Amino acid sequence: MPPTARHTRRHAVSTRLWHWLNVVCVVILFMSGLNISNAHPRLYWGQAGFTAREAWLHLPTFPGWATIPGYYSLSGARDWHLLMAWPFAFGLLAMWVAMLTNRHFVRDIATRLSDWRWSAIRADIVAHLRFDFDHGEGKYNFLQKLAYGVVLGILLPGMILTGLAISPGIEPSFGWFAQLVGGRQSARSVHFLFAWGIVLFAVVHIALVIASGPIRQLRDMVTGGRAL
Amino acid sequence: MKRRSVIAGLGALFATGCSKVADSSAGQALFKVSNEWHRKAQRALTGRKAMAPEFSRAQISPYFRGNGSLTVGTPGYAAALESGFADWRLLVTGLVEHPLSLSMDNIRRLPQRTQITRHDCVEGWSAIGEWTGPQLSMLLEAAKLKPEARFIVFHCADRLRGQPYYESIDLDDAFHPQTIVAHALNGAPLPERNGAPLRMRIERQLGYKHAKYLTLIEAVASLEQIRGGQGGYWEDVAGYQWYAGA
Repeated sequence: MPPTARHTRRHAVSTRLWHWLNVVCVVILFMSGLNISNAHPRLYWGQAGFTAREAWLHLPTFPGWATIPGYYSLSGARDWHLLMAWPFAFGLLAMWVAMLTNRHFVRDIATRLSDWRWSAIRADIVAHLRFDFDHGEGKYNFLQKLAYGVVLGILLPGMILTGLAISPGIEPSFGWFAQLVGGRQSARSVHFLFAWGIVLFAVVHIALVIASGPIRQLRDMVTGGRAL
Repeated sequence: MKRRSVIAGLGALFATGCSKVADSSAGQALFKVSNEWHRKAQRALTGRKAMAPEFSRAQISPYFRGNGSLTVGTPGYAAALESGFADWRLLVTGLVEHPLSLSMDNIRRLPQRTQITRHDCVEGWSAIGEWTGPQLSMLLEAAKLKPEARFIVFHCADRLRGQPYYESIDLDDAFHPQTIVAHALNGAPLPERNGAPLRMRIERQLGYKHAKYLTLIEAVASLEQIRGGQGGYWEDVAGYQWYAGA
């Protein structure tokens, strides 16, 4: 018998709980976000903007099957968006606390300076292209660490920060959120871009799960699995 | 093909689930609670008198878009516009000790606040403009609120889809220094599309709270008795959030 069951698990219970909570949050936030985008499908840089000429990007109208609700409703989409923002934000906060206290972050995700050598990165890319997912020491290879680090450290918190930045009730005391990226419309643009960054990650993530034994991967993210 | 139909099936199940939740009374209650939490969290984090950012003249939008009603559209309004709103009155009534009836001249002679602020529409766009007018707090202090007054309701001359426009805010926003009854935009009388002759500026909330074509300011204890009972036109007809700071 190992000393404690915790150390034998591939994924900590906090990781598993957060992972699935976050899946639900991100899916609803993204789909209701597309509905909100349909209300004014143009993006701007700076503080203000509303004309087609000022826009740096003209967005398509996202179809009903991709949005929540499944028809155009700005108020209904905002209900969902503002509701799911709570478990999304506090879930991420809890995950960071758990990750720092159980050392998951330092042990598995944080990179070392030596990881950033081109030869090591290239070897990782080559291994991925060969569908060779057996990596030696450590839980994750460099590309995984980078992807998880960017998502957990930049994209997900960035969504919360830019979401707060475009809230007129928050700005009086936290104007620097928007200033950080050059104004409210910039924050709205970054909010949109980061959302698609998360989708891009999810697509690659799911593809790699499928390529590396989806049944086992899914089972382990539910039951915890055995430590490698 | 099989996988695709499974995904489509899951998607449909998920969408149905979401609309089931949204249509249930429990779901609606949850949305309401969440919106209340946003208001409370924002007030706790920012402080009651925290000021919305103000901008420089150089940042003013060259054209300030009008949205919602672009005119009141009645012959009476057209005549009033023609006469420079010489006979327009703004009433302050409801739970007040001294009801007021103010002419445009009265309003322009009060101490004025001029602020260059950014207007954020719920749709997502923003425009910057310079607004001038007396602070709402000054009018409310002159009328003297009764102790049971908890909300300020703004009644408007315009109708949208046949229904009169109105909006409401709590006393925190009503007494906020940047909450003004604006009669001028960028140094000129308010244009018709932006709510001539008077509109509210409630700088810490989204655009639909900033009632235009203002005729009456009413202090009330509860919003339930007013029209649809949700505290505003968009709240009543389309379920928009009463607190629009998020």
